Amino acid sequence: MALVKPDLQVDIGNLHLQNPVMTASGTFGYGEEFASIVDLSRLGAIVVKGISVVPRVGNSPPRVAETACGMLNAIGLENVGVERFVSEKLPYLRNVNVPVVVNILGDTTEEYQDLASQLNDIPEVAAIEVNISCPNVKKGGVAFGTDPEMAQTVTRTVRENCSKPIIVKLSPNVTDITVIAKAVEDAGADAVSLINTILGMAINTGRRRPVLANVVGGLSGPAIKPIALRMVWQAANAVNIPIVGIGGICSAQDAVEFLLAGASAIQVGTANFINPRVTEEVIDGIREYLIGQKMESVQECIGALKV
Amino acid sequence: MESFQEKSEIIKVEQLTDDVIRLTLHSQAIAKATLPGQFVMIKVSGGHDPLLRRPFSLHRTDGKETVQILYKVLGRGTKILSEFCAGQKLDIVGPLGHGFTIKKDKPTCLVGGGMGIAPLLFLADTMLNSLEPQNIIVLLGAQTKAELEPLAGGFEKLGLVVETATDDGSLGHHGFVIDLMDKFETDPSREMYACGPYPMMRAVARKSEILGWNCQVSLETMMACGLAACLGCAYPRKYGSGYVHVCKDGPVFDSEEVLWL
Ligand SMILES: Cc1cc2nc3c(=O)[nH]c(=O)nc-3n(C[C@H](O)[C@H](O)[C@H](O)COP(=O)(O)OP(=O)(O)OC[C@H]3O[C@@H](n4cnc5c(N)ncnc54)[C@H](O)[C@@H]3O)c2cc1C
Ligand SMILES: Cc1cc2nc3c(=O)[nH]c(=O)nc-3n(C[C@H](O)[C@H](O)[C@H](O)COP(=O)(O)O)c2cc1C
Ligand code: FES
Repeated sequence: MALVKPDLQVDIGNLHLQNPVMTASGTFGYGEEFASIVDLSRLGAIVVKGISVVPRVGNSPPRVAETACGMLNAIGLENVGVERFVSEKLPYLRNVNVPVVVNILGDTTEEYQDLASQLNDIPEVAAIEVNISCPNVKKGGVAFGTDPEMAQTVTRTVRENCSKPIIVKLSPNVTDITVIAKAVEDAGADAVSLINTILGMAINTGRRRPVLANVVGGLSGPAIKPIALRMVWQAANAVNIPIVGIGGICSAQDAVEFLLAGASAIQVGTANFINPRVTEEVIDGIREYLIGQKMESVQECIGALKV
Repeated sequence: MESFQEKSEIIKVEQLTDDVIRLTLHSQAIAKATLPGQFVMIKVSGGHDPLLRRPFSLHRTDGKETVQILYKVLGRGTKILSEFCAGQKLDIVGPLGHGFTIKKDKPTCLVGGGMGIAPLLFLADTMLNSLEPQNIIVLLGAQTKAELEPLAGGFEKLGLVVETATDDGSLGHHGFVIDLMDKFETDPSREMYACGPYPMMRAVARKSEILGWNCQVSLETMMACGLAACLGCAYPRKYGSGYVHVCKDGPVFDSEEVLWL
């Protein structure tokens, strides 16, 4: 029997999604911000802004700058902290009926542990995404995600304290993404998501000053898509766990490229700022692509790149 | 608050000076929902460069079908915007942010500088529903007469008396618009509503503090989303640590709420 509609469902470990389109952390607030423009119930999942143990005020402004086909941000991980997230932000999301993935961040392994065990007890949390691009204050500020051992330690700690699906979000600021991907797979990650932003910089020549108060910031948007795609492709060939592709996705076409490269799902980030309705357009566009390619399920498309 | 993303048809393009343009857009949803001081985010490029939308205050609305924005061509984004013609469509998101709070029955003073005058016309128009024209003072400043005259005209048409200042002295007082406040110093307390360049906002805030008048100011920061999602539009709070977010908590703030740098 031929399916009327192609089947868009995917599974990321034990996390079941009605379609492979999620929102990227830090680009969709806590979901509610987009509710008047986007039908949130259509999304594959909502990944919320990164949460820490205690609230963070973030960096001094200017925090964002526009670059060619992209933007730099140095928000400084401003967030309301886990307690207020659970009491003030989560209740709204409970009614949306879409899996909520909570992105977590910390300065120390202990903070990741604390967050993992607190969130493990909360039924509305469908999965945890571990942002390992943060500096490890005990190791002189080197990002957890740039060192295979530190990445492994954080992943293992979260794994031991949390029975929900764990997605480890990789930093692209490394020489070989496959080393880190394998390290976190070995430590028990259910999936990896990549890429986070690429470290960049912009200068105001007239003032001879950096544009961002933080001097450096994370580059995102269409400018980074080719790099992200390459890294997803490399990671897909290196690990056996599902991959969530992120980086510069602005259209269904972009999303399909990531699926073909081996991603089981994708996240839309910066594009939400430019076209708030983009996630719904990507879902519709993936469906049209599958119909055009005579595929009955999105599964047929995942990793279907011919090389 | 409800916001919309629409493809709005440009109904009219008016070139007020060499580099100041007034756009009239068809947008029922935004026209009906917007309040003075709120803004829209406009996508100027059809492609990925320049990537981000540009924020513009609502200059006027008929409350039913159309909205106007008034802008100055500054850089790439506004240059591209200036090439749009009537009949074409623009992708706009709005209304966004927290606007002015109109204090009914309270004598008022509006202070605007340059393109900061844009939202004040919408504000003045709305205020006239609850305030007598003689209770509203309008003080406007700009670089030159050529720039200021067409902007001041809108207020005069509403029956308001406008005092002007220009940087080059070509219209009204030769100097800062803030100087125009001096002769009202002995008035009983007025509610101040201000929008303009940062140094002017700071000066108006200081002056209001000295006079003991309450002051609402509209601030600008770099904005990536306008939707309270990116947290890029941070501005320091006066009390406690941390920041307000201009696209959501503002752009209009009580001048006592924020730190003047
Ligand atoms: C809430 C708000 C309301 C505004 N209302 C008006 C208005 O009614 N009329 C008007 O003429 N201008 C208004 N502006 C300013 C207007 O947004 C900028 O002039 C415009 O974005 C410049 O774009 P550009 O590409 O031409 O300039 P660019 O070459 O990008 O830069 C020129 C200047 O504009 C600033 N700028 C650029 N992009 C942004 C952005 N996304 N957000 C904030 N500032 C930016 C830059 O810091 C720079 O100083 C408003 C800004 C804000 C934040
Ligand atoms: C303003 C902004 C804030 C972000 N905040 C977070 C965050 O809190 N946690 C995180 O893991 N990633 C964060 N990211 C990274 C995005 O989730 C995403 O990985 C990255 O932007 C690349 O995707 P894109 O090009 O589609 O935006 C942020 C990105 C932006 C632009
Ligand atoms: S501009 Fe993005 S949060 Fe204000």
